[in-house]
Amino acid sequence: MEINAQKRGSKLYAALTGELDQHSAEKVRIMLDTLIHDITVRELTLDLSGVTFMDSAGLGVVLGRYKKIQMRGGKVIVTGVSASVDRIFRMSGIYTLVERR
Amino acid sequence: MNLQNYTEVAFSALSQNETFARAVVASFAAQLNPTIEQLSDLRTAVSEAVTNAIIHGYEQDASKLVRMECRIDGDILTVTVRDDGCGIADIALARRPFYTSKPELERSGMGFSVMEAFMDQVQVESVPGKGTTVTMSKQIRHGD
Ligand SMILES: Nc1ncnc2c1ncn2[C@@H]1O[C@H](COP(=O)(O)OP(=O)(O)O)[C@@H](O)[C@H]1O
Ligand SMILES: [Mg+2]
Repeated sequence: MEINAQKRGSKLYAALTGELDQHSAEKVRIMLDTLIHDITVRELTLDLSGVTFMDSAGLGVVLGRYKKIQMRGGKVIVTGVSASVDRIFRMSGIYTLVERR
Repeated sequence: MNLQNYTEVAFSALSQNETFARAVVASFAAQLNPTIEQLSDLRTAVSEAVTNAIIHGYEQDASKLVRMECRIDGDILTVTVRDDGCGIADIALARRPFYTSKPELERSGMGFSVMEAFMDQVQVESVPGKGTTVTMSKQIRHGD
């Protein structure tokens, strides 16, 4: 799993590439938390268009980052959501917390 | 057509084997000519069951083995994922959406719900202290 990130002002854009399962989740979590450690980040966009596989471990990763960003009054956006990932997101009700674009 | 076929694999309870387990199921299912969506459903459901065996059943003890059996009966694919780990005391509670015993691992508690949504049938058998067997099946009809 690779992450390509760009920051513009208070907005952080992170593009994930690869498989997001329990095995890669911890590494992804650490990489994303390092990026959002910068408290000026108020909007995190996770681009999942390069994610070739995701199960509920990925849901945990997104929810965990949401909790951190939300604590500082910021927001999380997901883009590039595949049909399978969308199904997991919808059944979890995550779209009431995280915006899909 | 009444195709019958069977395979089984055993692998160490290491999370890097999740990719391997998904690949085994996908290649075995290929003979049923599944759609890309059906393959994706299978891979996701199997990933959930295998992850559970590794992180819950065995607490990531790499000396333990997860066993996976795949069976084809006509156009039905059945996957069984078995561990001889800690077992589940309350299966109904475990299957409830959002229930997780490992929130510290950022688990969402949606694993069983994902298996149920992506497969036609999911059966869970478990004995505390003995282990857990998850049996899941899905009809694979091309052009569904
Ligand atoms: N193979 C297993 N062995 C022991 N406990 C399990 C097993 N599979 C699931 N469980 C229990 O069921 C709960 C719910 O599982 P699941 O829906 O996959 O959510 P999660 O994995 O996110 O916790 C787990 O938190 C765990 O307590
Ligand atoms: Mg699980």
